[in-house]
Amino acid sequence: MDVTLRKIAKEFGSTAALHELSLDIRSGELIALLGPSGSGKTTLLRLIAGLETPSAGTVMFGEEDAARRPVQDRRVGFVFQHYALFRHMTVLENVSFGLSVRPRASRPTASETRRRALELLDFVQLPGLGGRYPAQLSGGQRQRVALARALAIEPRVLLLDEPFGALDAQVRRDLRRWLREVHDRTGHTTIFVTHDQEEAMELADRVVVMSQGRIEQVGTPDEIHDAPASAFVHGFIGESVKLPVEIGQGIIRHAGRPLGLRAHGRGASTLYFRPHEISRIVSPGEGLSGTVVSYRRVGGLRRVELALGPDDGERVEIDIPAGEQVSTGDTITFRPTNWRLYPEPAADEGHRPLEVKYA
Amino acid sequence: MPSDTLALGAGIPAPTTEAPWARRALMLAAFGFLALFLALPLASVFTEAFRQGPAAWLAALTEPDALAAMRLTLTVTAIAVPANVVFGVAAAWAIAKFEFRGKALLISLIDLPFSVSPVISGLVYVLLFGSGSLIGPWLAHHGVEILFAVPGIVLATIFVTFPFVARELIPLMQDQGTTEEEAALSLGASGWQTFRRVTLPNIRWGLLYGVLLCTARAMGEFGAVSVVSGHIRGETNTMPLHVEILYNEYNFVAAFAVASLLACLALVTLTVKTLLEIRYGAALAATRKH
Amino acid sequence: MGTPAPAVRAPVWRFRKPGIIPGFRLAMTVTLVWLVVMILVPLSGIFFQSASLGWEKFAALAMDRRTLAALGISFSSAFIAALVNLVFGTLVAWVLVRYRFPGRRVVDALVDLPFALPTAVAGIALTALYAPNGWVGGLLEPLGIRISYTQAGIVLALIFVGLPFVVRTVQPVMEEIDKEVEEASATLGAGRFQTVARVLLPSLTPALLTGFALALARGVGEYGSVIFIAGNIPYASEIAPLLIVIRLEEFNYPAATAIAAMMLAISFSMLLLINWVQARSRKRYGHAV
Repeated sequence: MDVTLRKIAKEFGSTAALHELSLDIRSGELIALLGPSGSGKTTLLRLIAGLETPSAGTVMFGEEDAARRPVQDRRVGFVFQHYALFRHMTVLENVSFGLSVRPRASRPTASETRRRALELLDFVQLPGLGGRYPAQLSGGQRQRVALARALAIEPRVLLLDEPFGALDAQVRRDLRRWLREVHDRTGHTTIFVTHDQEEAMELADRVVVMSQGRIEQVGTPDEIHDAPASAFVHGFIGESVKLPVEIGQGIIRHAGRPLGLRAHGRGASTLYFRPHEISRIVSPGEGLSGTVVSYRRVGGLRRVELALGPDDGERVEIDIPAGEQVSTGDTITFRPTNWRLYPEPAADEGHRPLEVKYA
Repeated sequence: MPSDTLALGAGIPAPTTEAPWARRALMLAAFGFLALFLALPLASVFTEAFRQGPAAWLAALTEPDALAAMRLTLTVTAIAVPANVVFGVAAAWAIAKFEFRGKALLISLIDLPFSVSPVISGLVYVLLFGSGSLIGPWLAHHGVEILFAVPGIVLATIFVTFPFVARELIPLMQDQGTTEEEAALSLGASGWQTFRRVTLPNIRWGLLYGVLLCTARAMGEFGAVSVVSGHIRGETNTMPLHVEILYNEYNFVAAFAVASLLACLALVTLTVKTLLEIRYGAALAATRKH
Repeated sequence: MGTPAPAVRAPVWRFRKPGIIPGFRLAMTVTLVWLVVMILVPLSGIFFQSASLGWEKFAALAMDRRTLAALGISFSSAFIAALVNLVFGTLVAWVLVRYRFPGRRVVDALVDLPFALPTAVAGIALTALYAPNGWVGGLLEPLGIRISYTQAGIVLALIFVGLPFVVRTVQPVMEEIDKEVEEASATLGAGRFQTVARVLLPSLTPALLTGFALALARGVGEYGSVIFIAGNIPYASEIAPLLIVIRLEEFNYPAATAIAAMMLAISFSMLLLINWVQARSRKRYGHAV
């Protein structure tokens, strides 16, 4: 089922949770809504589910305007952050619930309901636990029950709110892989909310990065990482270094010193690059030069903190091969190999980079 | 897909509340019930009390027997409440701050008076001190009056109000745990200093709350006191017993006048209780939950 | 230094777990002495007095027709009143927890009135109100409905005293219902009525049962608010606590004790039942009432 959002806005009282935004989700896609808390990602998910009503705009399920349908009739499988299992019902009763509340005409028989619930319990790898109560299950098991319960109504869209938020690191990783499998096997259009970029990047076909009630970028994990559409995305995803620069006569300078990078336009801007995307080979008199303040081992690389100016200059962190020895006080000169310019935050209107250049 | 939901009209009902008409109906039923069972009886106390004007009301309250009843009620309360405060704090300290065997049993025993009829609470003292008991004749011989005298009334009142303070404090102190006390002790405070400067400030609103409920019950207790009092006018009549006597004498205005005073007391109790809950709701949360 | 490491000891039976907080002995002594002197010794009098009667005499007294009638009236009235409170107490709690309206605080405070108002005052007020010449009784009289001086009057008084037990037991549990649970029910297709009936109310069952049992226990023992409105006609509207008082006034202590023993036995069984329900629900649903 395609889900289309057209100019959706949501206000709570006088505060805007979502500014007019549009989004197309294709049938069968696995989409992550990624953003820091307060970015509006959960509100967006709840709007799609029908748990909230938009202040403006339309939500389309396929060709149908969902606004006409209350949440009960939307057939969305919603997995809540804290699972919201019915604690007075057994696991089996929880999973059967959605079928047993259908109008009499479309309700399956009791034995059929039971058969399907048991089948789903097998599917979520919890066979034999149907008689337990939610309190008797582990966090990961509850998550699976919540998913089985949502799948039982044969949802048109599967929505998950911070599905792994409340779990231990190890369980998270296992369930993440498993959710991907479930998605690939059932083919449901799946939207999940997360604040964990690793989770979003690993699991999703496409990632929707949100900030302050706006969509910053929609793209595949590669696009999001390699071509961030805004300063926010660059800073939010992965590691980044940011540096104030001036542009003039086609040259980018930091504190008056040319970096050996070229760009059009003039005026102040901010340069973004990733710590590991640098080159130590520079022409004389060019590039960023700094003294080593501290260094530490990060995975297979050595992260070095450099002071760019004599005393109170900017500090940046870059990665160099772990085999290379440095000591405090050494001077290192480098320039970014993959970088982006975004306007100064004050002039930050369109969130668009001025110029992108690969050296 | 069925499209009958289109008939819902303009608004889609919010998923977690009832339709407006249902909400109104439920509220109406609840308010009607409360009016019929709570508000009207309360109102009738005051209308009956002032049926013959404020002068008659005042006369009924200032009559010597009424004044004696008030004095006795205050005396009994002044003994029973502090006694149960000491007990309540000690019990809560022992139960909330320590782990020991038989704790659940102890809590059940403290709650026992809640599940005993007030009349039985009085009866137990009649059996204990009455002429048929072991110590009754001995007491009578030495001229010690307990039954049908003030001591009996005090004992019966303590019995029925026994759990009130402890009941409020136990969940509150259990909720607060022992870390603050341990911190105080590790900083060199003595046990008494720890209690006075760390524990007591933490539980004071809960304590006040318990004292309030205990006082209200102590002043209003009827059944237990009725059994042990002997109903001697001007001597062993508490206010509620005085109300009964006047009522049985068909002196309704006087009965309701004294009753109105007790009702005022109840209203003060409710007001203070509500104010406490508004101001110190968070500090009392554990208490409210039990 | 030279001391050898202590050998692993078998667990020692301890009355209390060791800790650094002082005052256990003092607090425990005060608690136990007070409890024994004020509550347990007096209450045991009922037991000893009953035992000294001998089984046959006790049975004869307990099975006395008037006693059985009074116990029957007490329990049946308390049961009906507790049922009414179960329905309306839940309704009141729902309205207080779920809806916002002006004066909610006042209504919330009013619910505690039966806790705060002396029972004798409640008794005469209810009588004045529901007697044939009272505000409400006067309206019912032409319809042929008598409340005062019948069992209906007893039930009415017991509804009054029992209401806060149900409301105050159910209310906090209702407040803690997770909104997500209702939303989950709605996303699964349940209508509002289905959500309330199948998800919300069942999750309140343990609290409802506890509230019901508390109201019932209170109602069985209630005296002050009932005797004015009941009319106290033997076999028709005479409650067990009143019969105890009557027997005492006749100096018939054995009969009074026998009635009291019966009432206590039944009340304690109900108490055990509540504890059992709570323990079971805690074990199963992972939360207490």
